[in-house]
Amino acid sequence: MSAIPALTEGRQRALPALFGKASRLLATIAVTIFGLLVVTFLIGRVVPVDPVLAVVGDRASQSTYDKAFVELGLDRPLYVQFGLYVEKAVTGDFGESLLTKKPIIDDIARAFPATLELATVAILIGTLLGIPVGVWAAVRQGKLVDQVVRIIGLLGYSAPIFWLGLLGLLVFYAKWGIVAGPGRIDISYEYAFTPTTGLFLLDTAMQGQWAAFRNVVSHIALPAALLGYFSMAYIARMTRSFMLNELAQEYVVTARVKGVAEWRIIWVHALRNAAVPLVTVITLSYASLLEGSVLTETVFAWPGLGQYLTNSLQNADMNAVLGGTLLIGIIFVGLNLLSDFLYTVLDPRVRRRS
Amino acid sequence: MSTPVSRQSLGDWLTSEQPVSRSQARLGQIWRTWKLFSGNRLGMVGLGIVVLLVLVAIFANVMAPYDPLLGGDLRTERLLPPSWEHLMGTDDLARDIFSRVVHGARLTLLVVALVAIIATPIGLLVGTVSGYFGGWVDTVLMRITDIFLAFPRLILALAFVAALGPGIENAIIAIAITSWPPYARLARAETLTIRNAEHIDAIRLQGASSPRIIWGHVVPLCLSSVIIRVTLDMAGIILTAAGLGFLGLGAQPPQPEWGAMIAGGRRFIIDYWWVATMPGIAIFAVSLGFNLLGDGLRDVLDPKAGK
Repeated sequence: MSAIPALTEGRQRALPALFGKASRLLATIAVTIFGLLVVTFLIGRVVPVDPVLAVVGDRASQSTYDKAFVELGLDRPLYVQFGLYVEKAVTGDFGESLLTKKPIIDDIARAFPATLELATVAILIGTLLGIPVGVWAAVRQGKLVDQVVRIIGLLGYSAPIFWLGLLGLLVFYAKWGIVAGPGRIDISYEYAFTPTTGLFLLDTAMQGQWAAFRNVVSHIALPAALLGYFSMAYIARMTRSFMLNELAQEYVVTARVKGVAEWRIIWVHALRNAAVPLVTVITLSYASLLEGSVLTETVFAWPGLGQYLTNSLQNADMNAVLGGTLLIGIIFVGLNLLSDFLYTVLDPRVRRRS
Repeated sequence: MSTPVSRQSLGDWLTSEQPVSRSQARLGQIWRTWKLFSGNRLGMVGLGIVVLLVLVAIFANVMAPYDPLLGGDLRTERLLPPSWEHLMGTDDLARDIFSRVVHGARLTLLVVALVAIIATPIGLLVGTVSGYFGGWVDTVLMRITDIFLAFPRLILALAFVAALGPGIENAIIAIAITSWPPYARLARAETLTIRNAEHIDAIRLQGASSPRIIWGHVVPLCLSSVIIRVTLDMAGIILTAAGLGFLGLGAQPPQPEWGAMIAGGRRFIIDYWWVATMPGIAIFAVSLGFNLLGDGLRDVLDPKAGK
């Protein structure tokens, strides 16, 4: 981001500064997305799968093959092919999935709400638990609580998530039966409501289908708790270090001297200052949940983006894989930039400097 | 006059304030770092686990009581629970799981070592060149780095493996390709602080070429922080490799790769829990070891980043 020179120089008020920042961000987005396109295009070119055979089938005659070869633009030079690829990608055309025989963009639009719902519940769990736990650890730095929080975090970083998921299913579903098994919802409830938003928790609640709502909750509980645990470990660790930084500042001493209650110093004064970088941490954590649930979705048969991607992979459906990869990359870039932007908006020091 | 044989201990020689040779100074530095590190209890636990992993990998043939690939009698020895005979039980092909986990240590170590060997030099090279030259070289290289960072790691590795075809070699290449960007960022940041140092100016005035300055004088100064970063990353590398194996894109059967073993045991986890659980414990222990080791190293070598 530093590489692109400031577009507006000189004395600035807040609004032009934000505008300059925004246009710089737009330039960054454009360059990065162009790069994503180059990478996915090149990956698509080195695949050992013959794209023509994938379309016409392996029993096609030579003339059919040749026709498809030309239709796919494979006889043109590489840069022309890349141009065509970009042209299609910009209009949202990533080709058809070999598996579902539908446009990939439709497949992804159907899978995305499932991932979004799971990631959102997970980030809520992670944030609501992670921040208090992190603050607590910072206040009692070096004490038992701090050590326990550190160890919980370390366990989270070290355990393979798909393994924890399997063990979770074994214990909570198969042995104790307190949560529902794989999938988003039981078949018996699937037609009890109309999926308008695709977020089942929202849909069932809005339509007053409480039995279906409970079923959805018991399905999402385990995978969301698992992903929430991982993001909690990260958020708690970052909260702890930001809070330690704030609690060492002089304004905390001043507040103490003035006789401000300790809980107020911690939860109001210090946490508000720590909140600015925390917004970045939470946004990035959310981004990684949106993309990083590939393994979790596989274990829990959760019909989201990650599962779509792995299914396509196992069937050598390269169009779907690359389209999915590209879109996930774009979401990732978008959330990254959003976190940058929020930082600028929230922190007056950064705002004034830019 | 013959110099009297000094009766100093090895410790004194290592911590001497006036080292007589470069190697004495270097060994002394290593000794002091070790002294600091060995006081870090969790770091030592991590080191212990990593050393154990290396030993198990080396002596896998001796340690494993059974063949990791050939199973026993399919009629009587399938899916046996853990016992003294089979410490971790047997899998659906009547293979001893303990022997497979032991041999799996080799694959895990291979992946970690090769990824580190491939990704670290790429990251160092890109980062130092970018930071040293600045200008458009910096812009172009950092933009490329950003593009790689824009992909979530596992997704990019998945796409590469899909393109190259499944297999442990391709998984290693894919993980290496996705691992170098953070190292490049770090090396660049370090280089920016070194670039204008006086000793670099002095070397430049002596007429040293840019490659010589970068390779001989910038890279060594970036090395320690990059190595800490790589160590901290190793747990992530192991988890990514296991994830690829679990999805069937890493090591192929019958290779005893831990992630693939979990995938194999997934089908009958409810009745035969040990098949999927045991390799998971191995992954967990090893990545915990690397995390602890990395944290310990960071605390000792890079006091400003820790805590």
